[in-house]
Amino acid sequence: MGSGVSVDLQDMWIKFGDFVAVREANVNIKGGDFFSFLGPSGCGKTTILRAVSGFLEPSAGNILIGGENMIGKGPNERPTALIFQNLALFPLMKVWENIAFSMEVRGASHGERRKRADELLDMIALTGQGDKLPSELSGGQKQRVAIARALCAEPDVLLLDEPLSALDLKLRQHMRTELREIQKRVGITFIYITHDQGEALTMSDNVAVMKAGIIDQIADGKSIYDDPATAFVASFVGENNCFRGEVSKIVNGEAVVDTNRTGLLRGRIASDAQGKLSVGDDVMMFIRPEALHLSEDGQESDTRILADVHHSEFEGQSYNVFLEGTEGKEMKMALTNRGEARLFDAGTSMAIKYDASQAVIVPAGELASE
Amino acid sequence: MRDQPLLIRIGMSLYLLMFFTYLLGPLVLMGITAFNSASFPQITPWEVFSFEWFSKLFADDRILEGLENSLYVGFFTVILSVSMGLAGALVLTQIWPKLRATYYTLIIAPILVPGVVIGISTLVFWAEINRRLGLSPDSFLANGIFLTVLGQSTFIASYCMLVFVARLQRYDTGLTEAALDLGASHIQAFRKIQLPFLYPAMASSAVLAFLASFENYNTSIFTHQKYATLTIILSQKVRLGIDPSISALAFIIVCLTIFFALLNEVRTRRAQLAVANGAPVGVVTGGFKAPGFFAGNPAAVILALFVAGIVATIAISQVYDPEPAKSVLLKEKRAAQQLRIQALQQRMKERRMQKEMKGPDIFGGKTAGEKAKSGGAVNPGKGAFGSIWKSDSLKSVIPTDEKKDKNGLKSKSPGVNTFGNVFAPTNLEDAAGSRKKDAPKE
Repeated sequence: MGSGVSVDLQDMWIKFGDFVAVREANVNIKGGDFFSFLGPSGCGKTTILRAVSGFLEPSAGNILIGGENMIGKGPNERPTALIFQNLALFPLMKVWENIAFSMEVRGASHGERRKRADELLDMIALTGQGDKLPSELSGGQKQRVAIARALCAEPDVLLLDEPLSALDLKLRQHMRTELREIQKRVGITFIYITHDQGEALTMSDNVAVMKAGIIDQIADGKSIYDDPATAFVASFVGENNCFRGEVSKIVNGEAVVDTNRTGLLRGRIASDAQGKLSVGDDVMMFIRPEALHLSEDGQESDTRILADVHHSEFEGQSYNVFLEGTEGKEMKMALTNRGEARLFDAGTSMAIKYDASQAVIVPAGELASE
Repeated sequence: MRDQPLLIRIGMSLYLLMFFTYLLGPLVLMGITAFNSASFPQITPWEVFSFEWFSKLFADDRILEGLENSLYVGFFTVILSVSMGLAGALVLTQIWPKLRATYYTLIIAPILVPGVVIGISTLVFWAEINRRLGLSPDSFLANGIFLTVLGQSTFIASYCMLVFVARLQRYDTGLTEAALDLGASHIQAFRKIQLPFLYPAMASSAVLAFLASFENYNTSIFTHQKYATLTIILSQKVRLGIDPSISALAFIIVCLTIFFALLNEVRTRRAQLAVANGAPVGVVTGGFKAPGFFAGNPAAVILALFVAGIVATIAISQVYDPEPAKSVLLKEKRAAQQLRIQALQQRMKERRMQKEMKGPDIFGGKTAGEKAKSGGAVNPGKGAFGSIWKSDSLKSVIPTDEKKDKNGLKSKSPGVNTFGNVFAPTNLEDAAGSRKKDAPKE
């Protein structure tokens, strides 16, 4: 990783009239990091990006890039380059002119621009396509041209606003790895906006999960997935079975929860909530579908749930079994496909269990809507 | 189409024929009259094919001067209207959304105001400013070209703005943001990104502005002062009677229009072909390949034929001399005229002899001899109707009206008193007086 430039948001508020788009954002992005903002649409993540790139002035707080305060500077004075959601390639310019636009406005000569553009075209594997118009390129090619155009400006920070959302699945997966590689090669700070948790988890060094203008958690992908800080993060990132109830006992960072419908269940208290919970608190416990498995021994325990099969479906790498527990409590279990038949008939009663370390307890809160 | 019954197809063709005749017939007809040597624009009777009206047109200083003024006015109007229209449209996209509807109405208003009103108000406004500034009446601010350009631009700029607004609605402001983000200044972003996007709209609004300015009459008529534009000159000429040199002018304008329309069509088709063939546009629009030029482009073929036709016509006009044919026609005409005159004289002689035999004339009450002396027409029809407009004609009718007078009509000469004096200041007294006078009679 190179000597990238850090980006810091300090107590940043962004308001549109009475509406608070971003509330008290405090983020420290290390130089050379691939940092993602993940959240449902309308959560304010694009607003943060526009504030960093300079199209929007925060209502309060500071934005520091490389330690220098950017407040009051326009987008053309900041060391950032933004890749727009719709790419915003200049339709009337040829591909190479698009790429070298940042040099053109600085007054570089035609020869210089052409040379640099050709270098970048080589880098994005579009050698010899410089004389085409953007409209003559495919979606993935346009994507790469937009990246090359942004990199040509030699920014310290590259901002990407859901650049892959318009691509089909295969291309999207391909571009993920490509983006990650480009980032490693150029070594500059990437700030990536997405609502796709898969993108955020696979590419990023660190992820900030946002909900309605508030940053709920900033951590690396594994922590976000395995150790969520809030009910929202747990329900938004990946799939989760949620059990709500009251804490009945706390032992060694673990707690037993008296759940509303499934009885007493034991789980691990999330790192963020360690020491903050006490007996009687309203909490939520989350267990991933893949953390559930069939209980073979039939022994009673506080990590065992009884349920009936509602229906099951085959998904390739796994079977999804939809269960109905006591009082109609819905649960989902994912069983890895190991070649054996695991489709269960509706109505089959079964006992399932989990490892207490894979059940995370957080204070009760708002869930991500489906 | 193939499945449609014959009757419908014939009906359709007939309808199209009628429609296009209605649309283009007058233009074609006028174009043809430009080549007829008859001194009134007409096709029948066809006299001699000639180019004389074109020569006459180009020898007519008034028309040429009008054309020159129109071109000047058009040029400046295009510059002013396109820039004002562009500015207006840009403001519309930037303005606070709540004000947008009001602003739009305000800026569109000049289109709805009659051109006459715009003309007069422009004149009055600038005359006032001129006076306030203490400038002489023939200063720049009172100049006809200046006033006409300003007057026309007030509403032509609105047309231009509509064209720009339509184009700007399809503009992605993200492009300007992208340019800014890549380090461009606002001016650079506008000049390099947004303005090129608006070039097509600029071209079409310029054409629109020029045509609107060129054909404008009702605004210019008030503002032109001594710089009469072509439309004004034409209307002045038509008042004195028209000759086919106006047809010649129309013919030239129609030809120019067709030429540019075809040229545009050719260019559009070429771009389409380029895209269809998958070649980069830059390559195709760059080099001109003669053999490939016509390929699959009917518009290009028509354009070539059209240009060839015009060139041939001009060439013919240089060598073709209508005079021999004309003199033949003239001789024929004279001979025919001679015959007519002779026939007429013959008839006159016969009639005179007849009348002398009959005695007093029944029509005029005068003898035929007296009639001949006073130069009255031989034609009895003229005697009957020709004198009806004379000042004493009504009086001569009065005797027949005396009956009516007795039945209650108050005036002796109803034609004069009923209408002629209605607005005279003494009118009421007269009427009262005549009533008194008339009273005993009743």
